[in-house]
Amino acid sequence: MPSMQGLEQRLASWAGLERGPRPQDLTARLHRAEDVPAAVAELCAAGMALATLVATDEEATADRDLKLRYIFEPASHSLRPLPDIFVTLLASLDPARPELPSIAVEVPAANWHEREAQDLFGIVFSGHPDPRPLVVHDGWPKGRYPLRKKFEAGQRPPVEPAEEFPHLLVEGEGVLEVPVGPIHAGIIEPGHFRFSTVGESVLNLEARLFYTHRGLEKRIEGMTTIDAFHVAERMCGVCSVAHGLGFCEAAEQIARIEVPGRARVLRTLALELERLYNHVGDIGNIAAGASYHYGTSAGLRMKEAIQQVGERFTGHRFLRGLLVPGGVRFDLSAELARSIEAAIAATAEALADLKERIENNPTVIDRLDTTGLLSLPDAIALGVTGVGARASGVDRDARRDHPHAAYGSTSDLEVVVVTESDGDVHARLNLRAAEARESMRLIRALLASLPSGPLRAAMPEALPPWGIGLAAIESPRGAAIHWLRSDAAGRVDRYHLRSASYANWPAVPLAAQTSIIPDFPLVNKSFELCYSCTDR
Amino acid sequence: MLTALLRSLRTGVVTIRYPDEPAQPPERFRGAPRVRPRAVITALPPPSVCPSGAIVGGAGQSRYAIDRGRCLYCGRCAEASLDGAIELGRQVELSARKRESLVVEVAPDAEGRAVALPGPPRGEDVAEQIRRTLGRSLQLRHLDSGSCNACDWELTALLNPVYDVRRLGIDFVASPRHADGVIVTGPVTRNLELAVRRTYQAVPEPRVVIAVGGCACSGGIVGRSYASAGGVAEVLPVDAFIPGCPPRPEAIIFGILLAVGRVTERQP
Ligand code: SF4
Repeated sequence: MPSMQGLEQRLASWAGLERGPRPQDLTARLHRAEDVPAAVAELCAAGMALATLVATDEEATADRDLKLRYIFEPASHSLRPLPDIFVTLLASLDPARPELPSIAVEVPAANWHEREAQDLFGIVFSGHPDPRPLVVHDGWPKGRYPLRKKFEAGQRPPVEPAEEFPHLLVEGEGVLEVPVGPIHAGIIEPGHFRFSTVGESVLNLEARLFYTHRGLEKRIEGMTTIDAFHVAERMCGVCSVAHGLGFCEAAEQIARIEVPGRARVLRTLALELERLYNHVGDIGNIAAGASYHYGTSAGLRMKEAIQQVGERFTGHRFLRGLLVPGGVRFDLSAELARSIEAAIAATAEALADLKERIENNPTVIDRLDTTGLLSLPDAIALGVTGVGARASGVDRDARRDHPHAAYGSTSDLEVVVVTESDGDVHARLNLRAAEARESMRLIRALLASLPSGPLRAAMPEALPPWGIGLAAIESPRGAAIHWLRSDAAGRVDRYHLRSASYANWPAVPLAAQTSIIPDFPLVNKSFELCYSCTDR
Repeated sequence: MLTALLRSLRTGVVTIRYPDEPAQPPERFRGAPRVRPRAVITALPPPSVCPSGAIVGGAGQSRYAIDRGRCLYCGRCAEASLDGAIELGRQVELSARKRESLVVEVAPDAEGRAVALPGPPRGEDVAEQIRRTLGRSLQLRHLDSGSCNACDWELTALLNPVYDVRRLGIDFVASPRHADGVIVTGPVTRNLELAVRRTYQAVPEPRVVIAVGGCACSGGIVGRSYASAGGVAEVLPVDAFIPGCPPRPEAIIFGILLAVGRVTERQP
């Protein structure tokens, strides 16, 4: 690719360059952490975008440092077709005084990443515009950093007296503050929302998350690959396959294992079934947000039917337990293939019917159109991914841009990426319907192209020491970036998941600001983000 | 309107009849692992096969226990056992009123074969007052205390046309003040502990607490850590534990009915 060469030359003035973690990737070890902003500016100018930021505590290794890895991927139109590469900028920090300049102003997508590393590793990002705690909440003792290796996972520091969290306040005549959550009025996950409103219009919305922070990235450290896989699979309920797959692919990279073709197709099948049940269920949820109850029931029923056929295939309604590092555990019989085909046929019909009903119902459409706008420049600046991004015109999909599982292995399995341009709730609904249809096409193609052969390759119990694996998986909510490193014993040294929801959450308050308070549930459901895989 | 009506008529009734008719999980469904009666003790896999620490004991020890409250129902122990010494059950009605009842133990006899140990005495019967006031109509407030959302989505599924728990007089309400109890998913994270306590306190008495899923029952895969209390019982008095990762919708229905005394515990 054209600009890569020039980029390497420019980076070479600040950093030592090497290949990795994957053969096509580039890692730039910065000589000085202060040069992060300058190097980041070069990457951005070359059309790259921040995919994730991974902090590690390597104090106990020969390097005796904390490290930050800023991982970038090609994003700009000018780089099309987007090459499947990652560029890692690596900065080394003194564990006694870990400090470096923030890039959050120039790269808004880095905002939460930096605050997370501040809370969990004690890294100071000087010049960060909003250094309030993110992951640890009120009463967490100062100076304790749970993801430092010295911090023992079992410790439970007492809750210290704390002042009220400094929410952003909007002041002025007639401005009313409406606090909502963390416990909500429906069966949904917890988060706290502060609306500043005038009348019904939302002036500002602040979302405070990380209530469901379970410490899973700490928990997984020191586990064997197979045990850790079960945790990764449980980062999120409705993205179980996607997250399990990301962990597997990262571990398989480290172990240099080639997963058999049949297993890759079966994994892809599970991934598409997962996307399909999410998308049809989410269309029902959007209908619920618009008080169209027929649509809610129809959506839930479609979702149930796909989950049921998924359970016949994998033994689990969320398709857990099919994947295993090295391959899959269960095969697909001709009979199962037929029941999946039948479920797809029924879903195709029900979805077409529901979509038509929604489009022909002016009271519903009136709620969806121009509600919850997310502009293309905002979507790009925040690094939004998945449905939320594509509905605003961002033409990216990890299934095409970072091929995984069996995507792209035959021309039938090349994903047709759909985009919309309006960036409102209606666009996100249309996009889900279109992607659901594409999923069904892919599922049929997968069933038709199932290669014969073994279901799994032998996976060593211990990984080769100090290996790094990096995988991008298109989950139902967008691209999720998995970063895994093995320790000296071949167990998990560090695993970091940047879920699609993590990247997308900052877009929700922005989109809500173009709507009225009663439309917030609708806006929220049109993005349909998880808290669990954001908070981990 | 007319076409919608015709379509509904054509579809017919999709709602299942559970609990009047038993749950029918598919062939590959992985239920609770159990030691086959008279299995050779040395054929049992070591506790290290279990990713969630649900197995304790084994070789050289006097007992071997599987904690269904911690189990992920992954089936690895069954795969690793010799001669099918551990098999996966098909029962979904696993809920118990006491945490200890979820632990199933065996000990070797003189020939080194597994014999089931008697479980703890069954949980006390549901208080008469609870059965009388909540036994017919039960309004629950869902409380996510840090789940992975799989349990939450199964609670949502209870409201879909297939499971439709409202036919049993069970519903979910928006405010704890309108509720007869809380149904909790997740291990109770540090960041939610206060909200969990406050929500519970806002529910008028008599009230029930139902713990749904491995995390809520025991901390599950999350465990007890800087971020997690390690289960709902660490924070609230629990009336019924519903194990599973997540439990199937019928299993949750059974647990809810158990909490208010409408069904009794099944033998493990
Ligand atoms: S089925 Fe349960 S007890 Fe057996 S290995 Fe899996 S989690 Fe452990």
